[in-house]
Amino acid sequence: MPRLSANGTHTVSFTLNGAAVSGVAEPRMLLSDFLRHIVGATGTHVGCEHGVCGACTVQIDGRAARACLSLAVQVEGADIRTVEGLAPAPDRLSVLQESFRTHHALQCGFCTAGILMSLDALLRDRPDAAESEIRETLAGHLCRCTGYAPIVKAALAAQQTLKNETGRERADA
Amino acid sequence: MKPAAFDYVHALSAGEALEVLHQEGGHARVLAGGQSLVPMLNMRLARPSVLVDIMAVPEWRRVDDDGATLRIGAAVRQADLQSRADLSRRQPLLAAALPWVGHAQTRSRGTVCGSVAHADPSAELPLVLVATGGSIHLRSRRRARRLAAEEFFTGMMATACADDEIIEAVSLPAARPGAGYAFREVARRHGDFAIVACAVVVDEAGTRLAVGGVADRPVARALPAPDAPDLAEALNQFAWDLDARDDLHASARYRRELVRRIGRAVIEEAARCRA
Repeated sequence: MPRLSANGTHTVSFTLNGAAVSGVAEPRMLLSDFLRHIVGATGTHVGCEHGVCGACTVQIDGRAARACLSLAVQVEGADIRTVEGLAPAPDRLSVLQESFRTHHALQCGFCTAGILMSLDALLRDRPDAAESEIRETLAGHLCRCTGYAPIVKAALAAQQTLKNETGRERADA
Repeated sequence: MKPAAFDYVHALSAGEALEVLHQEGGHARVLAGGQSLVPMLNMRLARPSVLVDIMAVPEWRRVDDDGATLRIGAAVRQADLQSRADLSRRQPLLAAALPWVGHAQTRSRGTVCGSVAHADPSAELPLVLVATGGSIHLRSRRRARRLAAEEFFTGMMATACADDEIIEAVSLPAARPGAGYAFREVARRHGDFAIVACAVVVDEAGTRLAVGGVADRPVARALPAPDAPDLAEALNQFAWDLDARDDLHASARYRRELVRRIGRAVIEEAARCRA
């Protein structure tokens, strides 16, 4: 039975955006802090640190989850995706990111990384999600700039683009 | 907003987890999905010296359905239960309440038993257990016991779980033919804690309404039939007996009004579902 002592540091390893990462952490270190301070992946933002604001949302094993409500030691061996993993290439945005830009779905951008990770998971798992499901997903996030309407618009537009892309691939096959 | 230091034990079997709880007494806490406990750690409202992670214990990852009862193990995540295709048929009240438990982003990690252990008075899952007459299965190194949900919740975030015990499962009766179920809640934002939540079972035995968010724990009461003339008075009496308090989120008066209105709405909805 592995027991990690409170004041010792322990190696934590997981997959981050497809690449293996590892670092040392005390048991009490949150995943959000591990990502930002140990790995140096600062795209994940930290707002309330008790699960309410949604800024730190990442994907753990394919599901949107709060990085501030998970200990780094709990995700040993897990598959983690963060906002850094969304863009297909350094000079190209993902469909969802591009749609956020087109529809002015962000102003200050503090909440954006978390919202992108939630919506990315939703549009992948439920390509035909209704607007009500998009709104329900957004209920897990606070945005103080946009009033949410542009975010809903961006998500719906991205959904349409993704569907058309899938359709083209089928036609090519 | 960072947790105080603690040892972390990754238990691989139930025996290992129970041994740590036995050795450490009240200094250890069980860590499952962490969606209630980690906020408490971050705010240092909880300062355990040891956390026992139980998510890898095989026998606690199961949902068992023997036809009459649904038994949900300690390591079953809310999202996994919610995604069971037959849940709305097997236990419609649970299926109706789950989308209201936190947000999708917390249900992905949070467990059913963890929410029950946390025992927030406005939480949906304790309410469903009380409404349906569910049970809490407790285990420690020295004994296993089963408590009715109404006995288990003893106050505001207080339960009958002893320091060396873990909730190894909760169970609730599966849907019975001829029974109707309904759930509704009012909150400031979908996913926030309920100001008032109502869950009801209407069957041949009568109407059983449970209310969360008002008293210091979920409370159930038998009420007159949906079409009975004295239902309004009984609902009013129930609303007053819950001893609502004013707080930041709502006044006591508003809460009583919600109990009367949502209470009636869920009873009527459940009666319609029966037919």
